[in-house]
Formats: sequence, structure tokens, C-alpha cells
Amino acid sequence: MRKLTYREALREGMSEEIERDENVVIMGEEVAQYNGAYKVTEGMWAKYGDKRIVDTPISEAGFIGMGIGASMLGLRPVMELMFYSFAYVAWDQMINNASAVRYMSGGKINCPIVIRGPANGGTGVGATHSHTPENAIANVPGLKVVCPATAYDAKGLIKSAIRDNDPVYFMENTMLYGETWDVPEEEYLVPIGKADVKREGKDLSIIAHGRCVILALKAAEILAAEHDLDVEVVDLRSIRPLDEETILESVRKTHRALVVDENKPFCGVGAQISHLIQSKAFDELDAPVKRLSSIDCPAIYSAPLEKLQIPNVDRIIKAALSVG
Amino acid sequence: MPTTLDVKMKEKKTSQEGFATAAVNQSLKPADKIRLLRDMIRVRRFEERSLKAYTDGNIAGFLHLYIGQEAVAIGTISVCGKNDHVITAYRDHAHALGVGMGMGECMAEMYGKATGCSKGKGGSMHFFAPEKNYWGGHGIVGGQTPLGLGIAYYLKYKGLKGACLCYLGDGAVNQGAFHESLNLASLWNIPVVYIIENNGYSMGTSEARSSAFRDCLAKRAEGYNMDWDVCLGHDIYEVRAKTQEALIRAHEKSRPTLLEIDTYRYEGHSVADANKKKYRSPEEIEEYKKTKDPIFLFKSKLIAEGVMTEEAYEAIDQEAKAEAAAAEKFAEESPYPTPESMQEDIYWEVDHGRTSQGRIFFNDDEL
Repeated sequence: MRKLTYREALREGMSEEIERDENVVIMGEEVAQYNGAYKVTEGMWAKYGDKRIVDTPISEAGFIGMGIGASMLGLRPVMELMFYSFAYVAWDQMINNASAVRYMSGGKINCPIVIRGPANGGTGVGATHSHTPENAIANVPGLKVVCPATAYDAKGLIKSAIRDNDPVYFMENTMLYGETWDVPEEEYLVPIGKADVKREGKDLSIIAHGRCVILALKAAEILAAEHDLDVEVVDLRSIRPLDEETILESVRKTHRALVVDENKPFCGVGAQISHLIQSKAFDELDAPVKRLSSIDCPAIYSAPLEKLQIPNVDRIIKAALSVG
Repeated sequence: MPTTLDVKMKEKKTSQEGFATAAVNQSLKPADKIRLLRDMIRVRRFEERSLKAYTDGNIAGFLHLYIGQEAVAIGTISVCGKNDHVITAYRDHAHALGVGMGMGECMAEMYGKATGCSKGKGGSMHFFAPEKNYWGGHGIVGGQTPLGLGIAYYLKYKGLKGACLCYLGDGAVNQGAFHESLNLASLWNIPVVYIIENNGYSMGTSEARSSAFRDCLAKRAEGYNMDWDVCLGHDIYEVRAKTQEALIRAHEKSRPTLLEIDTYRYEGHSVADANKKKYRSPEEIEEYKKTKDPIFLFKSKLIAEGVMTEEAYEAIDQEAKAEAAAAEKFAEESPYPTPESMQEDIYWEVDHGRTSQGRIFFNDDEL
């Protein structure tokens, strides 16, 4: 099968949807003539032109809010945040307006908007550019949150997100953009809200999303080779809606769970997953659910410490071995 | 000592000539003029009834009354065509009635009833009627200004000859989202008309204590290379004439306008405004009511024009009062929404059939 990078897969998914639906518009800072700060939209402006690929000023509250307003009438804007950390600049629009306008209008309005961009640390850009707001956003009813870990999922999920009639906040990872995976030539969709067992195992379930899935898969290989531990890796893919059944099924099989994510620990995604497991699979557990998150401090700049701060293969192995 | 309002009015370079002769007003038939007056009266009687319902304890939360400002919403909306859209902030009842929403559904919304325009899920600040080109009703100061831009962006994208009238108060002009919207509107030639309904006070803080400006707030548009104008909001003819100019600019040139309309609210910022008579003098309020009340002025004009009589006015007024009373009765008699409906109208797909999978609501305890 052909290989595509994560960024190429995203680009291909968006391009297919642009060609499929005249209401799809890509907007963001440097997405058009500059070809994308992270080259996700490279070549799209040359191919699709000014109307479909739109450079915005650095003005997140303004252009994200504008996209939300346009989506209320039926446009399907795909808005790029150069970093998902910049969501906080547009927070009122993203949280108050996009999530609640349907409710406050008694269901008269919906916002078919996608807001996408990288939400990760680990790249030496410091605390302001390393936020992972999936937990905060998934806390808001009316919004959906998707975090693909592979090129295959990135393409299939961006296409589903664009076709979705509710706001989908789509979180990528700069450290995955250049990684390659198998991606079929033929068109496909990945449903929102469907987790994926990326590795089967019988001793321990590692439940993760985004790049932590990739780290968990690497850790699983080492755990198998060096510690005779057969790890199953469940990739959530979608945070809200959440595929609880796949998580529970895995835990019922392995009886042990380690939840890994790049959120800070307090009220991170892992807290919700952990609660789910204790409330619905308590009797299945042979050990308390373990959580591994980023170290609870603002994203540190210093490279060796940043590597330590966010989940890494060594930390996952250590955590996996500490599950009783 | 002159009041803040006197100083502001003096500074502004508003034309004092009559606007009755403007084309948009000359084309009005007597019935159209009576309708404008009736619509303003309906707003006032609805608001008075809302105030009564609030003080009776039937309406909770915030209630931002429009009394005194009627000519602004009614005048501006009266010149809209079929592709023109409206979005405003939380002082949104007049715009709702102006676009044709019913008093009953609006009153029921404030009562939190299932028959409310938003099924009791939005409240006073959040009225919507997209089928009437009315996109709310928004509670966060300035938060609607990018949305209004987006509505106009959509119209342009689809090649529709229309505009969005996006209203904000004088307190919203210092919000960043508004300035970002002005920049984008001018930069991209978006057919949006930003209307500052300047009632002189952002809650309890006067314009002079809130905003740094030269001459008037609308002049800030010059920094964005945008056309702007000022307007006396108690004269519905002037409001219509200046709105029409902005709409033509939007329709014909796809250019935005910042239109500042001076007006005045007789009540507090909201009914919960404990200081409504402390940050401005009773004389200031009385002076406006006496000399600039938009309904009284227009009624007097129409009587002078021979279009209206005192008796006809009285009949319209009684009708509006009866309509508001009927709305109150409708609201009182309507049922509350069911607990089950709390999780409806959140996700489109939950209301129309799931397209995604997995759990989407997360309460452990079932209702």
C-alpha cells in the first residue's frame, strides 16, 4: 500500500472534501500563499484559488468567530489554528458561540465548522504554544473533539469532521506531521466516536489518544520483548463522543488499565476514562487504574526536561510495569 | 452644567436637516408610516409588560429593556430586504419583534416555557428566528460581532445581494473581537453594517468614562478605512435614511459601514441595575423623555403630516397593550420544558439521527 505522511493525508482528505462540496472553505493564518505554517495545506491555494483557500490576518477571535457565523447559514469552514494553543485567543467564539448557539436557539441553528491544528508539546516552543486543550473542550456539551494518531485516521476523520453537522475540534500533532503510514488510494471515512484497537494483547490495556498512541505502541514492543508483557493499545481517536464500549471490552479482556495522555493530570482526559473503567468494569479489574499524564507544570522549554515532562516511551514502560 | 449627552450631541456633526424627504422615507405610504409607529409602540408595550412580569417574579435572570431606543431597531430593520440579515447583542427584544417574531413566543421564552422561541433554553438575551433572518440575541458583549461578519461573508460567498446588520452597544466598542471584525470587514469587502446603538452608558459607566475617541465612536472606522456615519436615533426617518445609505453601500459595493446611532434607554442597563438612577441624573432621563422620545416625536410628525390622529394612535396603543397582555397570558399558561428535553438541541446529529458513534452525554445518573 502507498505511504502518506500525516500532513499529506490531512491535505488529501481536505482536498477531496473541497472538490465534493462547494461550501467547504479552508481558512487560517498562512494557509494559502505561504502554503501553511506546517505545510498541511501546501499546494491547495495554487490548485483551488482564493475563494476556497483563504489567508487570514493574525486575528483568531475575529476569523474563527466569522467562520462560526458563516457556518450558521450553511458554509462548512475548516479553520486552521496555527497552534491549538491559540484557541484561547478565540475562546469566547469557540466555547460560547459555537457550542451554545444551537441550544440557545432551541435547535434552530447548527454550526458545521471544523477547527483544526496541532495541539501538542515536545517541540521546545514553551508554555504558550504547547497546550493540549482536548479535555477542556470535551467538557463543553455541543462540541466534538477528535485526536487522530495516524495518517490513515487523520484523513478518514478530517473527512468525517467536515461532513459533520456539529462543530468538530480537530487536534493534530506537529511531531506526527512528517511520519508516514499506509493510506489506501480509494476513498474512505473513519467514523467519529469509534476507537481503534491498534495492538491486541492480553495482559494490560493502554488507553491513549493522539501521539501517545504511537508512544504506547513502541512501549508495547519493548514490554513484550523485555518484560514478557502482552499489551493491548486502544486508540480513542475521538474524545467526544467517546467509544466507551471498546475501552470496556479491552479492560474486560486484560483486567488491567493504564491511561496515557499528554494533558496535565488534573481533570485530564485520563480522569474521565479512569472514572468510566471504575464505574463500569470495577469487578473486572485486578489492579487500580493507573494514569500517566504530562508532569504537572507549564510546558517547560529546556529540551531534556521537556522530553521528560510529556509522556515518553520510558515513562510508559515504567508506568505499565507499576500497574499491580 | 451640560450632561454627557448634551456634550456628545454637540460634538457630533449630525445633519439637523429633516430626513422625511429622503427617498427611502418619501416612498412610504401612510399605511407604512402607521406600521412603523405601531411597531415602535408594540416594542414599548411588550417591554413594559416584561418589566411587570419580572417584578412579579415570573421572569428570572437578566432583563435588558429597550424602552427609549425603539426607533433604532424598528427603523433600521424596516429598510431590510429579503437577503438582509440581523444579529444583535442581549438587548434583543425589539429586533425580534421588528423582524416579525411573535410577542407570545418571546414572552414565553422569558418565562422559560417550552413554547418559547428557544423552547425556554435561551432566555431574554437569546431570541432567534433564522427563518426571519434573525440570528440572535447574544449575551457576551461584542461576542456577536464576528458572527455578524460571518453571516455577511456567507452572503458574499454565495453571491447573494444582501447585508448583515450587526448591532452592538457603546460598551462593546472596546472589545477586541469587534476591532478584529472591523479590520476583516474592510480588508475583505464584507457587506456588514455595524450599528452602534449608543445609549450613552455601558452598564453604569458613561461613554466618556469608557471610551477614548475623537468626536464620536464611529470615527474609529477611519483607522480601518471604513465608511462611517452618525445618526440621531430618536428620529426614525433619519435612522431609516442612514441605514439605507449603508445598505446600498453593502449591496452595490460590498463595503462595510460603521453607523453610530445615538439613543437613550429609560430603564437601567438591566432590570437588576440597582444604580440606574445614580450614575445619571433624573433630570437627564426626564429631559430625553420630554424632548426626544422616539414614539412621541414620530406620532407628532404623523399627526402633523395628516397621517395619524390622536384617536387612531390611542387605538393602536390599546391594541399593543392587549397583545402584550395576551402574550403574558400565553406564557403563563404554557408548560415548562420536560427534563428529557434538556439534552435535545445540543448536537444536530442527536436531534436528527446519529452520524457518529460512541457516547455523547456523560451523566452517571439518568434523569
